[in-house]
Amino acid sequence: MSIFQQLGAAAALPEILLAIMAMVLLLEGVFVTAHTPNTIRWGAIASMVAVAGLVIWKSGSGSVEAFGGAFVADGFARLMKVLALLGGAVTLAMSGKYLARTRMDSEEYPVLIMLASVGMMVMISAGDLISLYVGLELQSLPLYVIAAINRDNAKSSEAGLKYFVLGALSSGMLLYGASLVYGFTGHTDFAGISAALAKTGATPGVVFGLVFIITGLAFKVSAVPFHMWTPDVYEGAPTPVTAFFAAAPKIAAIALFARVMVGPFAGVTHSWQQVVIFISIASMAFGAVAAIGQSNIKRLMAYSSIANMGFALVGLAAGTVEGVEGLIVYMLIYLATTLGTFACIMAMRRKGIYVEQISDLAGLSRNDKGLAFVLAMLMFSMAGIPPLAGFFGKLFVFLAAVKAGLYVLAVLGVVASVIGAYYYLRIVKLIYFDEAAEKFDGADMELAIVAYASLAFVLGFIVFAQPLVNLASAAAKSLF
Amino acid sequence: MIGLTHYLTVAAILFTIGIFGIFLNRKNVIVIMMSIELILLSVNINLVAFSFYLHDLTGQVFALLILTVAAGEAAIGLAILVTYFRNRGTIAVEDINMMKG
Repeated sequence: MSIFQQLGAAAALPEILLAIMAMVLLLEGVFVTAHTPNTIRWGAIASMVAVAGLVIWKSGSGSVEAFGGAFVADGFARLMKVLALLGGAVTLAMSGKYLARTRMDSEEYPVLIMLASVGMMVMISAGDLISLYVGLELQSLPLYVIAAINRDNAKSSEAGLKYFVLGALSSGMLLYGASLVYGFTGHTDFAGISAALAKTGATPGVVFGLVFIITGLAFKVSAVPFHMWTPDVYEGAPTPVTAFFAAAPKIAAIALFARVMVGPFAGVTHSWQQVVIFISIASMAFGAVAAIGQSNIKRLMAYSSIANMGFALVGLAAGTVEGVEGLIVYMLIYLATTLGTFACIMAMRRKGIYVEQISDLAGLSRNDKGLAFVLAMLMFSMAGIPPLAGFFGKLFVFLAAVKAGLYVLAVLGVVASVIGAYYYLRIVKLIYFDEAAEKFDGADMELAIVAYASLAFVLGFIVFAQPLVNLASAAAKSLF
Repeated sequence: MIGLTHYLTVAAILFTIGIFGIFLNRKNVIVIMMSIELILLSVNINLVAFSFYLHDLTGQVFALLILTVAAGEAAIGLAILVTYFRNRGTIAVEDINMMKG
């Protein structure tokens, strides 16, 4: 029996293949002189889509473990991996022309995104505190670099530096928590922790460690009060990078959050539920209020993503199968809406220069009817207006919260959603009723495709919701 | 006799110094990097101490992995710091304020 079979490494085949492809493309970028950054970029997109296909193809095989339980490939992991890979591939496809125009089209960029995706996949599949940490760092380290990828731009470097310092701090907190949990339960694997907790219950040492772990994870999903890096990183990083940050890493981080909470710590739900409820309410409220005064659309999206993470955490706070199901549906809708919105933001280009002020959108409906309609619909969806997709996302998480008896959380969530609607609707008003600003150059084809696909998803969700919800429900069940 | 509690206390003190080093320091980003290392090393003390008292090797394996990742993290942090210095000509913490945050 080969070592490959002994470790059960076949379950991690998609990750291994993606890592190998990243190395191959990196070598190609270094040694093949007759290439363009575009070849590498399309190579990266093709490998990410192929790996996503492989993940889907293996979805019949139930829950498989590799490396002695450190790596778990179950239905939940597969679904979230496909979402994260799609998020990465779509943002890469959107970013080509932007990077070429701003002279940032390096060979490293797609390779770093691939490596970050490998990290995300490991995170999503983590079955042990060690693989959790390694996956988290494998994801974070490339992200720090791509935040600062525009080396000649002071804002981009500052974004990278801030992201690095706060990211490293959060990893440190998570590790400190992990060391305490290891010390007081005697295990690093999730199954072992869960068994030890079933015997002893929540001892103070474990609760202390658990709080530190939640802190670290809350940093990664940018939940209040650990959100302070988000607006600066979103604003400072180049727009395609921001689109990637808003899409894929959020999926991976929230998947990891859910796995850690309902996996090893399922037996001590009462210890973490209050904390998750608090950060959920704080994120929803803060995201809704702080976004009102923004003038930069990327900063606005940062606050919007903080609020969105708050809504997603409502599902997790319920701690039930329905809650996690709502969380998955919410993240699916969040991914589609975010990608579409960033496609619109990247289409904001005037005389060859990219603009990112909200006021630049004024009167867009008179210059570009299609883009204006897409952006308005996406804003309506994020505000949670039926029958668009965003409404159903919120409906599922709030229903789960109510079923779990968390009435106050659900009511506060609805209130925050109403406050948040103000700034989404302000953009719609700006697009349709304000004095027209100068015309945009016209969206590139990739951007238009993503924007209209996102529009179709948001409008059509009510029609094909059932199969998606069934998918999410099967995935959620595999986690418990 | 030095027991587990002593190790945990030292680690907790180092961890706290690291956290305060990041938030109270107004001078230099290099000091922040050192504080981050301090946090990671306090975690390692925790893990090795627990590993010894539990008679379980996992903690030491974890500590070795943390050391490796910390090296990579420091390299990336310094690289980003160098690009930042080239753009701004300073690494003073109070000057990192182009974006309000």
